Amino acid sequence: MSEQQPFEPKIVAYVCNWCTYLGADLAGTNRLEYPANVRIIRLPCTGRIDFNLIIKAFEMGADAVLVSGCHPGDCHYTAGNFHARRRWILFRQLLETMGIDTRRVHFSWISAAEGKKFQQFVTEITETARALGPYQAYREICQAE
Amino acid sequence: MQNELRQTCRRLLEEGTVQVVIGYGDGTDGQTFPTFVTRRDDVERLVWNERCYTNLATYLTRPEILALGKAAICVKACDERALVVLEKESQIDRSQLVVIGLACSTDGVKQPKCEACENRTPRWANVTIGDAAGETAKTTADRYAALQAFMQKTPDERMAYWKTELARCVKCYACRQVCPLCYCRQCIADKNRPVVISTSATLKGSFAWQITRAFHLGGRCIGCDECTRVCPAGIDLRLLNLSLARAAEENFNFRAGVDVEAEPIVGAYSERDREEFIR
Repeated sequence: MSEQQPFEPKIVAYVCNWCTYLGADLAGTNRLEYPANVRIIRLPCTGRIDFNLIIKAFEMGADAVLVSGCHPGDCHYTAGNFHARRRWILFRQLLETMGIDTRRVHFSWISAAEGKKFQQFVTEITETARALGPYQAYREICQAE
Repeated sequence: MQNELRQTCRRLLEEGTVQVVIGYGDGTDGQTFPTFVTRRDDVERLVWNERCYTNLATYLTRPEILALGKAAICVKACDERALVVLEKESQIDRSQLVVIGLACSTDGVKQPKCEACENRTPRWANVTIGDAAGETAKTTADRYAALQAFMQKTPDERMAYWKTELARCVKCYACRQVCPLCYCRQCIADKNRPVVISTSATLKGSFAWQITRAFHLGGRCIGCDECTRVCPAGIDLRLLNLSLARAAEENFNFRAGVDVEAEPIVGAYSERDREEFIR
């Protein structure tokens, strides 16, 4: 282990059960290769995705977070993603004020048919996270006594 | 004015309209303390002066106060906005409450919030004590001046600022206790199975807590600044509240507690909400 390992970002993806999770599944069954940096966590709906989970991911050492669900109008629970979108608008502003790097927090709508989009988007955010490097600032916060 | 307040409260208690008056009384060190008057002869304890900065609305949702019976509450124009939000969120029954509006003098209560004050006279009180002062129109620039100055810093500088500030947080939760809109009987910060927010007063726990506190008040905070006033560590929590208030105003044209007719923005949605940040 004397060799320096290249930096591999850890990305946590909170995805909705009905769209993005199936989109990721489709990417898999279509043998579309995407970076193994992303850890997918399946939740019922984007409306269920508590903002605390985003903070939690950073606390646990994530370098970027993705939150993804059904396109507007396609929510399995009718309006969960509309509620989520409204909260994200406010939450992003709070992150800005706290000085948390919003380039590391991604939101997307990816449907069950968009395996290709999932592959492309995950590849893209992995490259962004790789370029940004480890999220040292938040790690320091979490390690401070 | 003080006499008028005492007479009004005496009458309310005598007539049996209310069982308790939530008001201000003289405390130590020249401060005023929240005071609860249940007997008419105790109305002499009530005071009204420029040191009455506490927002008493926080007591309206406390079980021990509710147990006293029907209440009359003293509010300033700024505090009154909390009642609007509480009513919209079905936390109080306005018809079961006597609101005693206290009109501020031109100086207000000499708190930072008074600088951006637009209306020193409560608007929906049952009884208003004091002379109706005129309204002073303020622009969004006036309201968010402190935030605007803070946002001139780079993101790294902002984070460094919060690291220094929140390092002093002792997790006393005074910001939560004093807030009229933090009324959850069990706060998410108290959940321990599983722990959502690290309970230690480390930076990790303090960041998570303040992000949570501020965001749970997003689109709800009325800007009474009580959290900032009571913070024993002197952390300027107002900046976080202001940032969410500005986001609510800019994106949803909404200011909490200002318009009694306006529906809350959290828990609602529009199909036309912006989404240029979503891929």
